[in-house]
Amino acid sequence: MADGPVAEVLLRRLEAADGGLDSAELAAELGLEHQAVVGAVKSLQALGEIIEAELRSTKRWELTAEGKEIDREGSHEARVFHSVPPEGLAQSELMRLPSGKVGFSKAMSNKWIRVDKSTADGPRVFRVVDSVEDEVQRRLQLVRGGQAEKLGEKERSELKKRKLLTEVTLKTYWISKGSAFSTSISKQEAELSPEMISSGSWRDRPFKPYNFLAHGVLPDSGHLHPLLKVRTQFRQIFLEMGFTEMPTDNYIESSFWNFDALFQPQQHPARDQHDTFFLRDPAEALQLPMDYVHRVKRTHSQGGYGSQGYKYNWKLDEARKNILRTHTTAASARALYRLAQKKPFTPAKYFSIDRVFRNETLDATHLAEFHQIEGVVADHGLTLGHLMGVLREFFTKLGITQLRFKPAYNPYTEPSMEVFSYHQGLKKWVEVGNSGLFRPEMLLPMGLPENVSVIAWGLSLERPTMIKYGINNIRELVGHKVNLQMVYDSPLCRLDAEQGSLQAQETT
Amino acid sequence: MPTVSVKRDLLFQALGRTYTDEEFDELCFEFGLELDEITSEKEIISKEQGNEKAQGASDVVLYKIDVPANRYDLLCLEGLVRGLQVFKERIKAPVYKRVMPIGEIQKLIITEETAKIRPYAVAAVLRNIKFTKDRYDSFIELQEKLHQNICRKRALVAIGTHDLDTLSGPFTYTAKRPSDIRFKPLNKTKEYTACELMNIYKNDNHLKHYLHIIENKPLYPVICDSNGVILSMPPIINGNHSKITVNTRNVFIECTGTDFTKAKIVLDIIVTTFSEYCENQFTVEAAEVVFPNGKSYTFPELAYRKEMVRADLINKKVGIRETPENLAKLLTRMYLKSEVIGDGNQIEIEIPPTRADIIHACDIVEDAAIAYGYNNIQMTLPKTYTIANQFPLNKLTELLRHDMAAAGFTEALTFALCSQEDIADKLGLDISATKAVHISNPKTAEFQVARTTLLPGLLKTIAANRKMPLPLKLFEISDVVVKDPSRDVGARNYRHLCAVYYNKNPGFEIIHGLLDRIMQLLDVPPGEKKGGYVIKASEGPAFFPGRCAEIFARGQSVGKLGVLHPDVITKFELTMPCSSLEINIEPFL
Repeated sequence: MADGPVAEVLLRRLEAADGGLDSAELAAELGLEHQAVVGAVKSLQALGEIIEAELRSTKRWELTAEGKEIDREGSHEARVFHSVPPEGLAQSELMRLPSGKVGFSKAMSNKWIRVDKSTADGPRVFRVVDSVEDEVQRRLQLVRGGQAEKLGEKERSELKKRKLLTEVTLKTYWISKGSAFSTSISKQEAELSPEMISSGSWRDRPFKPYNFLAHGVLPDSGHLHPLLKVRTQFRQIFLEMGFTEMPTDNYIESSFWNFDALFQPQQHPARDQHDTFFLRDPAEALQLPMDYVHRVKRTHSQGGYGSQGYKYNWKLDEARKNILRTHTTAASARALYRLAQKKPFTPAKYFSIDRVFRNETLDATHLAEFHQIEGVVADHGLTLGHLMGVLREFFTKLGITQLRFKPAYNPYTEPSMEVFSYHQGLKKWVEVGNSGLFRPEMLLPMGLPENVSVIAWGLSLERPTMIKYGINNIRELVGHKVNLQMVYDSPLCRLDAEQGSLQAQETT
Repeated sequence: MPTVSVKRDLLFQALGRTYTDEEFDELCFEFGLELDEITSEKEIISKEQGNEKAQGASDVVLYKIDVPANRYDLLCLEGLVRGLQVFKERIKAPVYKRVMPIGEIQKLIITEETAKIRPYAVAAVLRNIKFTKDRYDSFIELQEKLHQNICRKRALVAIGTHDLDTLSGPFTYTAKRPSDIRFKPLNKTKEYTACELMNIYKNDNHLKHYLHIIENKPLYPVICDSNGVILSMPPIINGNHSKITVNTRNVFIECTGTDFTKAKIVLDIIVTTFSEYCENQFTVEAAEVVFPNGKSYTFPELAYRKEMVRADLINKKVGIRETPENLAKLLTRMYLKSEVIGDGNQIEIEIPPTRADIIHACDIVEDAAIAYGYNNIQMTLPKTYTIANQFPLNKLTELLRHDMAAAGFTEALTFALCSQEDIADKLGLDISATKAVHISNPKTAEFQVARTTLLPGLLKTIAANRKMPLPLKLFEISDVVVKDPSRDVGARNYRHLCAVYYNKNPGFEIIHGLLDRIMQLLDVPPGEKKGGYVIKASEGPAFFPGRCAEIFARGQSVGKLGVLHPDVITKFELTMPCSSLEINIEPFL
């Protein structure tokens, strides 16, 4: 019971006390262990403002077990002195006494006794003085009486060295009346129960206060992965802007759709073994839309559609080579080709977010696979100004408002522009995406009408996510080495909620 | 993107003014360049090899400038300066002229032996050129940049430059057996056969990357003069005899390769850029190349091409309203001399030999937009009206993900590429049974195959999180890849859902309960009738015997669930029992 007999006594004493009580003194007065009083203090504290208790720590000198013995029976040397009769005592006999060994040397150095080695039956001890003052006992008695401060620093440390005294820290409470002080306390209820509700007893019962500083118990739950939470938000943004999702569920792509269809020449460095994963099995695409392939071939090797072409020997074998797609633009090319087959042309807005693969050197921000976000708009008469306008709206939804555009080169867009945003933290402009108008050499062989322009832009999903969640090593975010605690703890993803939070920290 | 390193003070001197770093950065941005780094030789060495090595190195400030990959004309100081000066209208774009020599024209005769190795060659002469140390360095550096970029590490084109005064034409470009080629290569003191050289260069950090281009050919290409002096063995090394120096006055340039177009572009870029230092500025002396079929051509081509673009097309593509005159002015600033002709709406644009990147009107449109200033273009929203649709498979995935988390499972995101071991050996399967697609050029075992199951990724995720409190309940909904001859590429993705329960007890009932919940969410009733689902005792090497069931839904097998085999648990470096479930969700679309 929290409010046991000790607590009751404590409250009564406190009522009578002037100002307050010291828990240690109270324990001494009541002849209780100090711990019992402390227990009572704690249980009273838990009841609210009945008492106030201030923790004090005091240092105090106490006698050790040996010190207590000396306090009772005198120091070893005094005991040795008293055991020597006036006619003396054989040294061997003296040494057998309980205090003999320690006391003998001390009594000798105090010049209380002497040894006569000339006697016939071995050395004999005689008193030198008639009586002695037992200073050690006197000092220990002072300490016992709580008057240790009467001893000098040197005297105390000497006794401590002889292991007769020890310094103890005592934690005591200074107990005073609380704002709701009362000597009559009743047990407080911990929680409301169904019985209390039905009987109405809750009306008369005091309730134990809650500790609102404590943490709650987290609910048992599953968690979504932070990168995919960001993916969900990007999907949402595209859907809000009226963009239709393209199918991207084909990691394996032919070089044709990944490169050739995009007017990316066959000697382009991106098509190198060093940059792209090629497949050994199935090594080649089985079917290609051959009519279209011929138009692509002609455009590369001879030009056409107003283009000079690249004027090289385009090879079908190269186009057949299967790879792991290096960008989702391969899926965009397929979508645009399908769009071109629908007559008459209907404007379209497309997006995709999915994995792409690069056979690159890996580091803290680069993995062999990552997610690409891509947006595409196809319509009559689209301009660079339209592209910038769409980008402004898109990035505004990400919480990025300060944009500027830099001329750039992409093999399949012209004009091309890199998108930069001002990073408040780094105080500089950093790249946040890449964009452009698809080249006519890509669109016209597909069969799209000549006056249809297609604007497109792309960015990675990982980079904004790493920035949002403050992750420096991409392996902590993507892949099996992820820290699940990070997944458990990650907040909601609200891209527009924190101004400028999505701005890139570094350029790839 | 190639990076060109130029001395800042030299650059400013050539530009005729100085800039602060910020001002120059701004100019680069506007023009489509990027001032990537401000550094010095000393700083570079100190960063790469430590402070001690850097002592005594030059601390002249260097600008490292990123140049778009198709602007070969900007790959050195001379080109950059000319481009920027024209852009800022401080100079007019020079006109490059091919001139005939006063005496006999230099001839390069190609023999038919080259046909199978490097069939093309072009050549030209820079007459009465005046190098300085900086110009000479830039000349060498430009060749290196061209080699690394348009020349595709010398595979498509290789450049040789020679002191013409040490040679006597006509020259022959032929191919010989390696053992029959013997010469003193650049910077060596004695003669070697080609075979010996190929061996020596195996240990040369720079040249070893080019050996593969001819290494296995029976004949090696070689160029020699009328006295049999070897000029070069392309694409590996030049001869020492005709080595150019700062004092060289007449330079013979040859480019050999497998791509004729690119060889001509490379030659044009070199001669246009450095003819600035010839006595007759911007003139290049012609050379004649005779092909094996007897036809002869004169190089460099230095072709100027005329393109006609309507002003309203440019305005319409960019989204601006500029007069044809203004557009012509803008284009002229981009090194494309333009004038308004015809009905006043036509712009005639002259494409100089330096701008091989201009292959379509869209390239001209871009240059007009750059000169106009991208950031001056009015942003507008297209009026394109469309109704958004989700890809049904992704829509289903999104919905399921949220309910999987609501069911207490945490989402993992694992790699689509993995080792053969992960999807086969560790699961007790033979790789041939997986129908996995194989990657031909993985750098490590982690990228040997595309995954055919999501389970290994989840088990590896648990292995990396063994310190986390139990139970661990994970799921992933993502794609696996298998071979499928009915698809155009011979392979296809399947969208899988996989979940694992890892604890001190196997918890089959928990995974089973999760399956029941998933089926509830998918509105598939229990039982075999009416397209419902059942599980039937089954077996699989990944599962503990008697603890595996196959899942049938809507009349087809969609996956398996069960308690994992202890061997599987051990192979994934786990210690606790584990049950799992993996289904294909595409039948539920």
